[in-house]
Amino acid sequence: MKLSFSAEDEQFRNEVAEWMANNLCGEFEPIRFRGGPGDEHSFVEERKAWEQKLAEGGWTAIGWPKEFGGRGASIEQQVIFNEEYARAGGPGRVGHIGETLTGPTLIAFGSEAQKAKYLPGIRAGKELWCQGYSEPSAGSDLANVKTKAHFDDAQGKWVLNGQKVWTSLAHESEFCFVIARTDPASKGQKGLGFFLVKMDQPGVTIRPIPQLTGTSEFNEVFFDDAVCDADDIVGEPGDGWKVAMGLLGFERGVSTLGQQMLFQSELDEVVRIAKRNGAADDPAIRQRLADAHIGLRIMRYNSMRMMSGGEDGSLQKEAMIYKLYWSSWHRNLGKLAMDVLGPEAELLEGEPYELNRLQSLFLFTRADTIYGGTNQIQRNLIAERALGMPREPRGAN
Amino acid sequence: MEFSFTDEQTMIFDTAEAFLGEVAEVASIRKSMETNTGYDPSAWDRLCQEMYWQAILIPEDNDGLGLGAVELVGILERMGKKLYNGPFASSAAVTLALAKWGSGDQKSTYFARLMAGESATIAVIDQARAWSAEGVSAQAVQTDEGLRISGKYRFVQHGHTANLILVAARAPGSSGQDGVGLFLIDADAEGVIRKRVPTMDQTRPLAEVQLESVLVQPEQCLGCVGNSAPALAQLLDIQAILVTAEQLGGAQASLDMTVDYLQERVQFGRTIASFQAVKHKCADMMLKVEASRSIVYYAACVIDEWLSDRYDANQLAEAASMAKAYSSDAFFFVAGCGIQLFGGVGITEEYDIQLYFKRAKATETFLGGGAAHRERVAQMLLAGEC
Ligand SMILES: Cc1cc2nc3c(=O)[nH]c(=O)nc-3n(C[C@H](O)[C@H](O)[C@H](O)COP(=O)(O)OP(=O)(O)OC[C@H]3O[C@@H](n4cnc5c(N)ncnc54)[C@H](O)[C@@H]3O)c2cc1C
Repeated sequence: MKLSFSAEDEQFRNEVAEWMANNLCGEFEPIRFRGGPGDEHSFVEERKAWEQKLAEGGWTAIGWPKEFGGRGASIEQQVIFNEEYARAGGPGRVGHIGETLTGPTLIAFGSEAQKAKYLPGIRAGKELWCQGYSEPSAGSDLANVKTKAHFDDAQGKWVLNGQKVWTSLAHESEFCFVIARTDPASKGQKGLGFFLVKMDQPGVTIRPIPQLTGTSEFNEVFFDDAVCDADDIVGEPGDGWKVAMGLLGFERGVSTLGQQMLFQSELDEVVRIAKRNGAADDPAIRQRLADAHIGLRIMRYNSMRMMSGGEDGSLQKEAMIYKLYWSSWHRNLGKLAMDVLGPEAELLEGEPYELNRLQSLFLFTRADTIYGGTNQIQRNLIAERALGMPREPRGAN
Repeated sequence: MEFSFTDEQTMIFDTAEAFLGEVAEVASIRKSMETNTGYDPSAWDRLCQEMYWQAILIPEDNDGLGLGAVELVGILERMGKKLYNGPFASSAAVTLALAKWGSGDQKSTYFARLMAGESATIAVIDQARAWSAEGVSAQAVQTDEGLRISGKYRFVQHGHTANLILVAARAPGSSGQDGVGLFLIDADAEGVIRKRVPTMDQTRPLAEVQLESVLVQPEQCLGCVGNSAPALAQLLDIQAILVTAEQLGGAQASLDMTVDYLQERVQFGRTIASFQAVKHKCADMMLKVEASRSIVYYAACVIDEWLSDRYDANQLAEAASMAKAYSSDAFFFVAGCGIQLFGGVGITEEYDIQLYFKRAKATETFLGGGAAHRERVAQMLLAGEC
């Protein structure tokens, strides 16, 4: 356990910083610091172009093994990359679902053919992915998915029917990974398959859902005889749950580091405003600002500890607190931001519903404690898996 | 940057756990807390002679083990788990002060004494809520024979048994950051009067120490007499970080014993561990324990960086206040929830959770609680122009 970085890592840091300074400029100047949570809808085309620029520089998927086009970067280097990326104002990554979820999942569970077919597009920043897990009747109870997949011998393809909901960035994505029922008679975690589905096809309909922020980053996705190739199922029919859960392990891994740098810049802004408008003289606000600062630092060391654990995405017990921790912290920051702004918090930037960054933060952080497993579900998981307490009983249906 | 333990560290911690399992079972803690010393001297001897724990931080050049603060904090965490009540933490804080500021002669003299089994402690203030140079009221008066120190100190951990007391005192007429010195006093020197005071947490003996014109020689001055306010602040920060390690262990033990109890107790025909309200409370407790662990080990690393002059006093102060604020609140939350979840038996003398609950409060108020340390963090955070 030590805090200092090796000379080699510091050299790596310089390399990243230099590349960012030389490339995140000119046509990319306007997208600096843009596109984070609550701001995903802005500059999408420019951020797609930026993603490809990153790829040309070899800065996408740096944690992937070299054989798949990554750099095989160490945890330290991934930390450094995320720090320098955020410091330079690197925009929200449109490719993050593919890079941090699809990629590691295919590397762990995919066939050679799947790796060859999908990894290069993700690596190149050209093919974006979305996550098709939730359905109207399968939210927290994810195993209750009803979307069905059957193999059609005539076409030699899998055919999908059903509906997904809350699918983030579906409208911007080339592909979606979908959990669907391969055994129509099955229930719960059994009989599921994990599919790689192309979005641009007649059988897929995407409808954006307006959100409390006035923007739409999530969608309804309908599958009406949507198809994918015979070898677009990861693992065997029936393995879907195992693959889906493996993926959720990656969701809580390195991908969270970039997010923390963003949190830092949000907190910095709140602190700046508090100093400017006098809120920092209020002892109660001071306590909360300090608490937020301490909380974010703890988050950083939480993630360092977590990443020093299993590299296969398997989670140590203590890593199970991670989601509950960061979502609660971030939600509290949103509220603190409004309390620091005081009555100014009410006034929008403009018509029709133009929120400033902290207003979006306040509204959108209410989602943090819901998506990716709600805080209540996280507490169930911690109690059951980490503390060994009895599982919740299931209802009869 | 590396945030996992080495194999050697893991081995040290396993050994520590086994040893403490032998000498610090709760029955023996309960027994020794009722004695005059407040701890078991034979266990302390074994800790020094068999485990060499007093030598952990002492460099190999001084015949010590030359290990670091991470090892120290790992052991303190395990002591906290067991409510170990010997004078280890305070001795370690004095050892760190010597390692940082001691002269060559002071190191060889005092390190040898500590390794031989002497214990040490720190005496700073008389008034509560004044854990800083400003709070130093004892005076060091220059006389023909040398400096003579007089004053009263309260909240001195193990002050009634320590062999060596590191005290803060100030020049007559000085105030605030000015005129402060740090001095190493032998407890059996003439003019040292000490008495144990009864404490709510029976596992954490405190004493009042009165110095009446105690003579100190130049070789007993640690660092620069008159300019030691910054060193004193760092000393208090070190001490605070060591306390957080014990808090972490205490919080972990409180959670563990609570979950064990919940798994056994049956009401409404099921174990109470199966109620979601109870499970969720335990999840919140675990979150705080793990978050506390992250900041405590970060702070341990900061001590190492500070010892080797790579981190400065501000970085140490920030780490100490972050850790002390979070871990104090976390331990109190976890132990408090623990009592609630035990139900009626939580209020009995017989069940151990009450001992942890008391320990949580005692370690929270000692060296400043959550609010005080958050305010200190706020000052650092909000300093400077906007
Ligand atoms: C902004 C946003 C983006 C999203 N993006 C995606 C995406 O890209 N892909 C995707 O597949 N999904 C996505 N989701 C969906 C998300 O994962 C679900 O909303 C979440 O799992 C909760 O499901 P639900 O909305 O059906 O709520 P419900 O499951 O109906 O929960 C409602 C309330 O009941 C509580 N509850 C439910 N079960 C229990 C229980 N057993 N114990 C205690 N309390 C319980 C919940 O905590 C919650 O408070 C997104 C959601 C949001 C808000």
